[in-house]
Amino acid sequence: MSVRSPYRFRPGQLLAHLVLLFLAFLFLFPFYVLLVTSVRTPQELFTPDFHWLPVEFTGLRYYIQSVTHSPVLTFMKNGVVVCAGILIVQLLTAIPCAYALAKYEFRGRDLLFATVLFCLTVPIQAPALPLYLGLNAMGALDSYFAMMAPFFLSVFAIFLFRQTFKSYPDEIIQAARLDGMSEGAILWTIVVPASLPAIAAFAVFSVTAHWNDLYWPLIVVRSNELMTPPLGLAYFTDVESGENYGALMATAAILTAPLMLGFLLAQRHFIRGITTMGLK
Amino acid sequence: MADIVLTEAPAAARPRRLGAVLPARVAYAMAIPAVALMVLTVLAPIVVMLAMSFTDYRFGEDAIPFVGLDNYLQLLNDRTFRRALFNTFAYVAMVVPGSVILGLLLAVLIDGLDHGGRLYRLVFFLPVTATVVALAMVWKYLLHGTIGPFNLLLVALGLPGIDVFGDRSLALAGLAVINIWSLAGFNMVLFSAGLTAVPQDLYDAAAIDGMDDKLDRFFSVTLPLLGPTMMFVLVTSTITAFKVFDTVAVITRGGPRGASDVLLYTTYLEGFSYFRMGSAAAMTTVFLVIMLVFAWVQARVLDRRVHY
Repeated sequence: MSVRSPYRFRPGQLLAHLVLLFLAFLFLFPFYVLLVTSVRTPQELFTPDFHWLPVEFTGLRYYIQSVTHSPVLTFMKNGVVVCAGILIVQLLTAIPCAYALAKYEFRGRDLLFATVLFCLTVPIQAPALPLYLGLNAMGALDSYFAMMAPFFLSVFAIFLFRQTFKSYPDEIIQAARLDGMSEGAILWTIVVPASLPAIAAFAVFSVTAHWNDLYWPLIVVRSNELMTPPLGLAYFTDVESGENYGALMATAAILTAPLMLGFLLAQRHFIRGITTMGLK
Repeated sequence: MADIVLTEAPAAARPRRLGAVLPARVAYAMAIPAVALMVLTVLAPIVVMLAMSFTDYRFGEDAIPFVGLDNYLQLLNDRTFRRALFNTFAYVAMVVPGSVILGLLLAVLIDGLDHGGRLYRLVFFLPVTATVVALAMVWKYLLHGTIGPFNLLLVALGLPGIDVFGDRSLALAGLAVINIWSLAGFNMVLFSAGLTAVPQDLYDAAAIDGMDDKLDRFFSVTLPLLGPTMMFVLVTSTITAFKVFDTVAVITRGGPRGASDVLLYTTYLEGFSYFRMGSAAAMTTVFLVIMLVFAWVQARVLDRRVHY
C-alpha cells in the first residue's frame, strides 16, 4: 500500500492549479489596481472602460508629487519611531516575565499566568477610555508616548515566549549555573539568542500590527507632524476631496511598501510566528 | 550569584527551580515590570471603565454624576446601539464562514500540490500584511458605484451596475468581502500547520478500508483531525471580525444611514467624538463581555473536543 498523500492525484493537480490561479488572481487584483492606478492619470479612471495598462503612463510623477507635496515621509518616520519604541519595551518587559513563568516556581505564578490569559482576550478598545483620560490628565496626549504607552505590555509576547522558553533544555541552564552565571546573564546571553526565531516572529507581528493600527492614533493624535501611516493616509484622503486617485494610490503604495518588502524578505519568520500561535 | 544554592537532589517539599533553589525575588524581579504594565495599561483601566459606566461623566466636565444602571438601560432602547450590535453580528456571520472555508480550501488545495505551494502561500498571505487603510482606499475604488472596475464588469456583462458602499443592503457585505480577503490567508497558514500534523498512517488505513473517494476521506479523516485547529481558527476569526473598525472608519463611516454602523465604531463616536464617556463605557463593557463570553465558550468547547 503506497498511498503517499490523499490529494496527490495527477488529474487533480491540474484542477487544483486552475482553482488556485483563479483565486490568486482575485487576491492580487487589489494590489495590481493599487500599482497601476498610481502610474496613470486620474482622468483615465472616469472613462467607461477598464484598461489593464495605463493609456498615459505617468511614471513616478505621482510618487514624486506625494513625497514633495504631502508629509508622507513624516508619516513613515512616525511609524518607525512608534513601532520601534513599542517593540523595544515589549521585548524588555515580556522576555523576563515569560522566562519567570516558564522556568521558575514562585508564589503567584499560576495567578499571573491566568491573568496573562485573561488579558489575551482583552482588546485595546476595552481600556481605551480610561487610558485616554489618564494621558490627558498627564498632559501627554498628542505625543509619541501617548501613541506607544498602551502597547508597552504584550501579553501575546509573554504567552509566546513562555512556550518557547519552556522547551529550552533545563540541562543547559543548569550547566550555566554551575559555571557561575547569574540568572539574568543566563536568560539574556544563552536562552534569548537561542530563541531568536520566536522573537523575530513576534517582532514582525508587533511591527505589522502597530504600523497598520488606525484606532489608537486616531484617538490620541491631533498634530499632522505626529500622524502614523494609516492616520496620515485617512487624513490625506479627506483633504484631497478632489479625488486625485493617482497621488492617493502612490501615497498608499509608499506607506504599504515597507511592510510588504519586509514580509517578502522575512516570510519564514512571519509564518512561523503564526504557526506557533496556532499550535498552542 | 551567592543567592544560588545548587542542590544535588532537591527535597520533594521544596519548590523546584530546575534543581536550584533561588530566592523568590529573582523570579519577582523578572516579572515585575510586566506586571506593573499589566496593571497600569489593562487591569486598572478596565476597573475604571466599569466604574465609569455607572456614571454620566462627560469629558471636560468636573462633575461625575452617579446614575446606576441608567446607561445600560438606555442602551437597551438605543436604536443606534442596537443597530450597531446587530450589524456587528451580521458582519461576523459573513466574515467567519467566508474566511474559514476559503482558508481551509486554500490550505487543502496547496497541501496536495507537488509544486508551487510556497508561491501560492506567499500570494494568499500578502493581504494579511497589507496596511488595511491603504488597501481600503483601493477597495473603495474597486467597488465604486460608477467608475469602479467591479461596476464596469457588471455593466460590460449587461447587468445593472451597483454602488456597493452606497447601498444600504450591500455596504456591510462589501466590508465583509474586504475582511474575508485579508483574513483567508491567515487562516490558510493555520490550517496548513494543522494538516502537516495529520498522521499519514490514517490516510493509509482509510485507503485499506477502501475509502477511495477524496471528498469522503476529507470529511471522515482530515476534517475531524483538524478539529482543534478549526476551533482555534474560528476563535481568532470571530474575534478579528468582531473588532472591525478601520474599514468602517475609512470607507463608509457607518453609512449609508447607519447600515454599516458597527459596535466599535459607534462606541468610538460616543466616547471620542461626542465625549459621552459614561455611556461609551457602558457600550465598551457590552463589547468586552461579549468577547469574554465568547472566549470562555470556546475554551470549553476546546476542552471537550481536543481529546481523541
